Amino acid sequence: MIATFPHMGNIYIMVKTLFDEMGIDYVLPPKCSKKTLEIGAKYSPEMACLPLKINIGNFIESIEKGADTIFITGACGPCRFGYYAEMHREILRDLGYDAEVVALEINEKGLKDLIAKLKKLTGGKKLASLAKPLFKAYKALCMADKIDELSYQTRPLEITKGQTDKVIDDYRNKLLETKSVKETFELMRDTEQRLLNIELERKDTVKVGIVGEIYTLIEPFTNLHIEKILGNMGITAHRSLYISQWIKEHIIKQGLHIKSKKEFAVAAKPYLKTHIGGHALETIGNSVLYARGGYDGVVQIYPLTCMPEIVADGIMPAVRKDYDLPSLTLVMDEITGEAGYLTRIDAFADMLIRRKQLREEKKKNEVLLLRH
Amino acid sequence: MKSCYLGIDIGSVSTNFVVIDEDKNLIEKLYIRTQGQPIKILKEGMERLKLSIGGERRIAGAGTTGSGRQLAALITSADIVKNEITSHAVAALDFCENVKTVIEIGGQDSKIIIIREGLVYDFAMNTVCAAGTGSFLDRQASRLNIPIEELGGYALKSRNPVRIAGRCAVFAESDMIHKQQTGQSLEDIIGGLCQALVRNYLNNLAKGKKIEAPIFFQGGVAANVGIAAAFEKELKTPIIVPPNYDVMGAYGAALLAKDQVKNKGYTTFKGFDIINIEYMSRSFKCEKCANCCEVVELVADGRVQARWGDRCGRWSDVEQRKQVAHSG
Repeated sequence: MIATFPHMGNIYIMVKTLFDEMGIDYVLPPKCSKKTLEIGAKYSPEMACLPLKINIGNFIESIEKGADTIFITGACGPCRFGYYAEMHREILRDLGYDAEVVALEINEKGLKDLIAKLKKLTGGKKLASLAKPLFKAYKALCMADKIDELSYQTRPLEITKGQTDKVIDDYRNKLLETKSVKETFELMRDTEQRLLNIELERKDTVKVGIVGEIYTLIEPFTNLHIEKILGNMGITAHRSLYISQWIKEHIIKQGLHIKSKKEFAVAAKPYLKTHIGGHALETIGNSVLYARGGYDGVVQIYPLTCMPEIVADGIMPAVRKDYDLPSLTLVMDEITGEAGYLTRIDAFADMLIRRKQLREEKKKNEVLLLRH
Repeated sequence: MKSCYLGIDIGSVSTNFVVIDEDKNLIEKLYIRTQGQPIKILKEGMERLKLSIGGERRIAGAGTTGSGRQLAALITSADIVKNEITSHAVAALDFCENVKTVIEIGGQDSKIIIIREGLVYDFAMNTVCAAGTGSFLDRQASRLNIPIEELGGYALKSRNPVRIAGRCAVFAESDMIHKQQTGQSLEDIIGGLCQALVRNYLNNLAKGKKIEAPIFFQGGVAANVGIAAAFEKELKTPIIVPPNYDVMGAYGAALLAKDQVKNKGYTTFKGFDIINIEYMSRSFKCEKCANCCEVVELVADGRVQARWGDRCGRWSDVEQRKQVAHSG
């Protein structure tokens, strides 16, 4: 078996660590690129959303490099994603590839089915042998997410412009080459230290929360590296969802029957009372939380035709009005001309910076008035 | 020699030039069709400006805006590059400091800018569909064999405008053809088209936004009296079309350049010499990694002046380093 999997932000770091640790042969899918999307768009139904098209591109690129078994996570019903495993299978079969698609999910066949599939990974050994590698993989993912988050904070404040980008580019390149888990961890610790060593300005920056559909939020290829763009404009971005955090909430806590505090659901209540699929509830709830937390604005990102986010988009004007919170919606699709998006982001950034300046001037004047 | 400031707005349909003096008075304006050749038109405009103002005035600063703003800034070494939203808002505010809403409809996109207390408070830009923009009206005018300048006049004469679907350019056109084949008058069809576009603009772009007066209508489409009248009817408020509605973006860029130069103390603007330089832009696909970036090169008289479009900075960095080496 030569395993592979689809890309989604830092997921590859987790899976790579897991496979390295277990000694499984695998193909790391080439980084998502225009070519990936081109292949995916060619073989996917036109009406499918961007994530499916990129998945298909990832699979074909990996199969061509020798992969024969594709591991994906399935999920029953959050949105169209629920039947993507089946679509992956059909599309690949129609194209004449005989790769096996293994969907790790709890379906109507119950736990037995999942256990059988997991045994493919362990090579027939007891499932307990998965525990340690899984733990390490999860730890690697957490570290990778932490590095991302740290870079969002250093970029707008760095004194020498471009330093953060340099550290991150260097880290991403080296990451593809690490041969053992030990090497991966060393690289990540080193990167974290390098980020912490960057000399920073002391100032109050404009803060923007990033909300929206999870795939486009997490895979930088589909969101134009939004945190990087904002960061280089001097704006601190905060992403509302990380894959490590998602795993903690949905798999670890649920598995251990720990009740998670769903702050976002409480915050969203006046606008949306229940889950309507996808991450609509998170989008609304997190926007409210950002507004309450003193953020200057939010950016909502989703793939064209994403139903849950379209509903959230419809609710956003109410949140904007109640909290006087500026928001920008970016709908991503196969468009490769980035200029239109950059114009909107640029104008949004301009607006937030000016609003903040005005607020601060007002505050200063009030203080002056009080003194006299 | 008196100082003045230049604003350049390279849009998809038109390229506009504005020259203002120290007191923000408009000295010169040009409105030229881009015709898909921004570099050629940019040089042509500069040549015309040189002739009309060259002798007695000196350009002390330049700003660029519009979808071709990066290219224009590289060629002219402009002092400031600004997005269209900010430029249009700055221009409108300069004309009337109380303005609260700016409706801007250009060749390929339309925008709404909400201004409160002299500040851009909120904005939206149309995303995927071109219905309701200048190029769609252009197409309909030529299909009906009416000069685009007269389209609005027909709409005003309409007594009983027909209902046309304005959500999508394709639907709108097939609706128009259907109505035309049932024998409806040209006036009523064009009247209906104007109403449909305005309805689409308000339902889509202005969704959830509070449109308050004074309302400015800017951009090339503001020349269309039929659309302006349809806005007034729908909003039940008078619409102001400012005198230089067609070049407001360029005007804003000139104002921004003036401020920028005042803060900086000097200008980077190269002057009219660019007219004599042969510019060419070409692109190639970088194969160094899977991103396969399309790198664009600006070549001036056979020498690469700038590169952009690469994600990793491999190409654009080299150029920057070279420039530093030159200046140092």
